[in-house]
Amino acid sequence: MKQMEVEVVVIGAGPAGLSAACQARMAGAQVLVIDENNQPGGQLFKQIHKFFGSREHQAGVRGYEIGQKLLEKTIACGASVMLDSLVYGIQPDLTLGVIKKGENIALKAQKIIVATGAKENYLPFPGSTLPGVMGAGAAQTMINVNRVLPGKRAVMMGSGNVGLIVSYQLMQAGAEVAAIVEGAPCIGGYGVHAGKIRRAGVPFYLGYTVKRALGEQSVEGVEIIQVNERFQPIPGTEKLLKADTICLAVGLNPMNELLWQAGCHFDFIPAFGGHVPLHDSNMETTICGVYAAGDATGVEEASSAMEEGNLAGVAAAEALGYLSYEEAACKKAEIQHRLDTLRDGPFGQKRRAFKEQQLADMKAFDQGSFMGRMQA
Amino acid sequence: MKEGILFTGVPSPAELAASPGFPDPVFREKGRIAVIECVQEIPCNPCEGACKWGAIQIGDHITNLPALIPEKCTGCGICIANCPGLAITVIDNNFSETESSIDFPFEYLPLPKVGDVVEAVNRMGESVCRGRILAVKRSKAFVGTTVVSMAVPKEYQDIVRSMKRLPIPEKEGE
Repeated sequence: MKQMEVEVVVIGAGPAGLSAACQARMAGAQVLVIDENNQPGGQLFKQIHKFFGSREHQAGVRGYEIGQKLLEKTIACGASVMLDSLVYGIQPDLTLGVIKKGENIALKAQKIIVATGAKENYLPFPGSTLPGVMGAGAAQTMINVNRVLPGKRAVMMGSGNVGLIVSYQLMQAGAEVAAIVEGAPCIGGYGVHAGKIRRAGVPFYLGYTVKRALGEQSVEGVEIIQVNERFQPIPGTEKLLKADTICLAVGLNPMNELLWQAGCHFDFIPAFGGHVPLHDSNMETTICGVYAAGDATGVEEASSAMEEGNLAGVAAAEALGYLSYEEAACKKAEIQHRLDTLRDGPFGQKRRAFKEQQLADMKAFDQGSFMGRMQA
Repeated sequence: MKEGILFTGVPSPAELAASPGFPDPVFREKGRIAVIECVQEIPCNPCEGACKWGAIQIGDHITNLPALIPEKCTGCGICIANCPGLAITVIDNNFSETESSIDFPFEYLPLPKVGDVVEAVNRMGESVCRGRILAVKRSKAFVGTTVVSMAVPKEYQDIVRSMKRLPIPEKEGE
């Protein structure tokens, strides 16, 4: 088996991973970024909309352009990027098992930054295995990366920002969106995103869920049904919508199998997508030398993922001796300030509170008083 | 049916009236002016930086709602394409004796052409009147968003916010 040694290994070449790689490399560390996909950039390259945030977060710039710049910066600073490569295991002694195009590599790292992102939730219902039912993220990959229209008329389940943005992008790609269906009594995502959808004439069905998909060989329609405040269907309120595509935008959960495998301890925070690794303000997990950043530590959005990546990169470089305590503290304070501004306002405050809880639980863990959180 | 941005995706009259970016009717008399329909405190501030006249202010707290300083707004419209939320239009209620003009962001293809008569839609996407396309502006500074300028009868100036998407021409052989 091929053996390799690297100072900093970053797993995942998305917004968090690339940001972490840049910070660590610019401080002087030797950095290798590994991604299972054939192109780096993670979700950024399917984000054709203009980002929110502050100007220092490149707000107003479209996601794929942010991705392109981040990628150029990563290459320019001299971090290596290894694509089509799957990390299948991390051991507590910081060795990684990697498969690159059939070749097995044993990689020894001094620091590992896990930035593996999140995966989409599924929603089971009669007919949910019919062709035409897909994750909203899959539909977005089809239209914006592969330039294939998944269908002509879609129903979107879920009114969070993913559901709203993908609905808009489906229309931009030339599809119709028959409706957005949401179980909660109000729209989950940003009002301005919802506004775009409404101006295009798309109705919202709030307090509704999907009862079943119609069709024999593929989706031909969807039956929706109203739900009460306990999300139980109300018989007699069914409605039929004609559609050939059903997109599910019903939340994401962190992809952190590698962190489980490494032996990290976990928290349970539903608002972050469920099980999330305990980590300190350096993004270091309970395994010394293993850091986590981005959606893998709790589902948020790309700008905060980049800032968490920045934090992890700085902290890893500091731990390797490439940054003095003062230099690192100064960089971390700036990053933390930007993170705090992103976790503000009615949409951000909850995330900030949960992040603080996650950090507090880590402190409790260090003091031996964290008993773990269980699913209610 | 509950009103408001959380329930309909459309800001209610009360939400608009309370928003610091929504100009008071008094200032609408002066001609071209930005109308910012941003009523939720989301972390976002590109509009503030885009306005070189200092007519849009957010401040250090980026979740503050954008405030329009009507006296400073020239109606130049650079904010329209720079708003990631596509929540800004520029309205001129003195465009002509009978018509107002509305400049709005448009990110669908095909684009309309100057002189086209299109279906003008309200905030719910319902056709409310005909609109005449005055200009179709594309610029590098607009980061991919087209700004369409459209004339509508004066009485619709506060109702119309966009136009109906145009049909995609069928390709030959399909």
